[in-house]
Amino acid sequence: MAEVSITVNGKTRAADVEPRMLLVHFLREQLHLTGTHVGCDTSQCGACTVIVDGRSAKACTMFAVQADGSDVTTIEGLAQDGELHPMQEGFWEEHGLQCGYCTPGMIMSAVNLLSDNPEPSEQEIRDGIDGNFCRCTGYQHIVNAIQHAAGKR
Amino acid sequence: MASSPVLPKLVGQRVKRREDPRLIRGQGTYVDDVKLVGLQHLAFKRSDIAHGRIQGIDTSAAEAVPGVEAVFTGAQVAEFLGPMPIGTPFPSPDHPPVAVDVVRYVGEAVAVVVASDRYVARDAADAITVEYEELPAVVDPEEAMTGSPTVIHEDFANNHAVGPFPSGTGVDADGNADDTAVDQAFAEAEVVVSQRMVNQRLAPTSIEPRGVVAHYEPGKESLTVWSSTQNPHILRTLVAAMTGLGQHQVRAIAPEVGGGFGSKINIYAEEYVASAISKKLGIPIKWIEDRSEAFVATIHGRDIIGYVDLAAKRDGTVLGMKLRLVADIGAYNMLLTAAIPTLTMAMASGTYAFPAVRATLTEVFTNKPPTDAYRGAGRPEAIYFVERAMDILARELKLEPAEVRRKNFIQPDQFPYTTEMGSIYDSGDYEKALDQALQNAGWDQLKAERDAAKAEGRLVGLGLSMYVEVCGIGPSSSLPTGGWEHSQVTIERDGRINATTGASPHGQGNETTFAQMLADQFGVPIDHVTIHHGDTAVVKQGIGTFGSRSQAVGGAALHLAGGKVKTKMAKFAAMLMEANEEDLVFENGMISVKGAPSSGAKSFAEVAGYAYIPLKLPDGVEPGLSEEAFFEPSNNTYPFGCHIAMLEVDRDTGEPKLLKLVAVDDAGNLINPLIVEGQIHGGLAQGIGQAMIEEVCYGDDGQPLTGSFMDYALPRASDFPRFELNNTVTPTPVNPLGAKGVGEAGTIGSTPCIVSAAVDALSDFGVTHIDMMLRPEKLWRVIHGQGGQS
Repeated sequence: MAEVSITVNGKTRAADVEPRMLLVHFLREQLHLTGTHVGCDTSQCGACTVIVDGRSAKACTMFAVQADGSDVTTIEGLAQDGELHPMQEGFWEEHGLQCGYCTPGMIMSAVNLLSDNPEPSEQEIRDGIDGNFCRCTGYQHIVNAIQHAAGKR
Repeated sequence: MASSPVLPKLVGQRVKRREDPRLIRGQGTYVDDVKLVGLQHLAFKRSDIAHGRIQGIDTSAAEAVPGVEAVFTGAQVAEFLGPMPIGTPFPSPDHPPVAVDVVRYVGEAVAVVVASDRYVARDAADAITVEYEELPAVVDPEEAMTGSPTVIHEDFANNHAVGPFPSGTGVDADGNADDTAVDQAFAEAEVVVSQRMVNQRLAPTSIEPRGVVAHYEPGKESLTVWSSTQNPHILRTLVAAMTGLGQHQVRAIAPEVGGGFGSKINIYAEEYVASAISKKLGIPIKWIEDRSEAFVATIHGRDIIGYVDLAAKRDGTVLGMKLRLVADIGAYNMLLTAAIPTLTMAMASGTYAFPAVRATLTEVFTNKPPTDAYRGAGRPEAIYFVERAMDILARELKLEPAEVRRKNFIQPDQFPYTTEMGSIYDSGDYEKALDQALQNAGWDQLKAERDAAKAEGRLVGLGLSMYVEVCGIGPSSSLPTGGWEHSQVTIERDGRINATTGASPHGQGNETTFAQMLADQFGVPIDHVTIHHGDTAVVKQGIGTFGSRSQAVGGAALHLAGGKVKTKMAKFAAMLMEANEEDLVFENGMISVKGAPSSGAKSFAEVAGYAYIPLKLPDGVEPGLSEEAFFEPSNNTYPFGCHIAMLEVDRDTGEPKLLKLVAVDDAGNLINPLIVEGQIHGGLAQGIGQAMIEEVCYGDDGQPLTGSFMDYALPRASDFPRFELNNTVTPTPVNPLGAKGVGEAGTIGSTPCIVSAAVDALSDFGVTHIDMMLRPEKLWRVIHGQGGQS
């Protein structure tokens, strides 16, 4: 077992974990933060995307021990004081989700996209979320949602 | 009277979804989020060969892994769990949930581990060793059905699962075929076009894989099953039967379901095994599918070869059609496997009034996972075959694709129209959809752009397809699950409304659309309405969500249940207000007399409260306000539309790029156009995926070549242009809402127009057909003259 201390959504959590435990399972199983989802086993789908030290990361592709000492934001940490994050608002306003399974990862990826590029073109948005699969929406309403969050709709 | 706000009518409005606040906060509860004290985890050992006899299974190393509770081989599972049920009437081989003697595809379960956590369970499954006598595999259905030495199931000679059997013109109810009319059509033809086409195998790929939690409580003798399923009531029925329990002892819960696309209609081996082991050991059990497992353990879709012949006059009038279908159904029948290709037959002639049509279907076993319903389920195949054939005909006759179609449409005044395949189309106006699509796309302008591009040496093409599909299937005689849906509407004492629907959603937004309907029906704010679904302890009866039936069947049941309770509530209100119940209107949270809104009006909540503590009852009326309804349609609905694609192929690399996709869809009356758009977008994405990049591939030895997202190309955001949608509205007469269904439409109309656009782009190279998917290599070979058509 390995000792880790990870700050998640502003709270520092210390735990003993198996060295092979994936960050996503640490979040889901140990911290019961089940908003972060698992959709594949090859780092393709992006359902597990979280923000680690300010950058989006696929939490199925990191061990919990690799996140030791890091600051992690999950979907549960995005709304502040009960106020939805603009990206969450965008997804709601523009019907950016159907089954909702890819949504937390998609939102975290999109937050990262806008922090890199606050005024992306449509093509930049589409390219920017290429690491996240959605099987329900055909992506068009997701693009609209991100444009909404960027103040363009 | 107190003034009350004026409430807008919500049906037909783009209402934001009521499901979203929890989902965008990460507060949805999917099956893997269900945690119970003492929960144990399953992992399956799966066959890594396509065909073989099990000689021995050594589970000792697995049993020695710390944390392992139990290990069962297929033979041991068979001691407490019988073969899996199917929902079709055709003869079918036994299908044990875990293989006993023979494995028939890579991924078939051979043993199962129960352990304290999922990592340990997987370790232990990996420690199981299986010895096989390997048998030759057959993966090509046409090889399998014509004298292959490999027989997958004894008693099914030539691997014929079903058929060959005919349907259509000249075929009577017993399947006897008289060829006269079809032969005559072909004898009189001025032109005949023929094409073999492949509608390839696909992986449905919901982003949430499958999963189940089963919890048998011995003291209560009851089993609760949480499953990522499209139909919890069917799950309850089948799990009860398989585990020897009564339906009163099983509660099935579909929590948030992360997509299904047909693949979660089936009740799978893992759901039965988890339930049976939980019952046997008296402990709660969880199984969550890995993505790599999903590619081999969840059903696939499509995989039908069609041989199409059209007989026509030179003006484009079609005299007859022949369609020979070979469906590769994989190694076993699942619930609806055998029925899906029969939908391809039923819709074979599409939107056209062909006077003679004959289809013949053979379903074939191969050493691959079973196929079953995948979004569209039989209809995309039918439309692909007939529309590609119409395009080939148009090209042969040098006619506009729209003109050939126009010549053959079923006309608006012919509905209800019985096709030669025996389908009774409810309503339609195909030419209107065609004209709308041509106008929206700016077809003539696009043609000019294409021609200009070609003049520059670019390879740009245009394609057009019509479609009609079948959904909201009913009555019960036409669907093995039953063709009805159920709803209960309760006005609570405070005037708030609880309603249930058996149409258990997995992204369709029923909590919103159904609440819109009730808010309008009762004239109350939408946030006074809650729609419950997905739990057989809460939702008394139901069938589920598939075949685009939520609104056309489930919505209609809700409407009827709402109508019943409204009628009853009006009796209370009429008594209290000393008015005629026929004169009452429900609006803005009030019940008032029509034309006299302030005279004696009562608030909705006051009447509701009175109904539960009635000082006096209206004649013949019981206390309370809760009514239920079953709705069973007299016939299916037949949505339709027209899709247009523009596509460019890179001359140097063969890579196709979709430039434009215009869709005009007619789903009858719409409850929430925003949600409808989302459904069409999603369907289009899956249709475009099939046309351009998706294909489940197998090696000749039966090994999957597309076993993860590294190999199976799921469409990404950058694969699509912005879709351009519009609609026409032709209500259906078969339900009180006039709604037809829209969930699958996008997958059905889109594939033929994209392939036709690719053929158009490459027409200078003499190509008349290209099989899906449009792999750049195939297109490059057409351009560079190396290797023919596909």
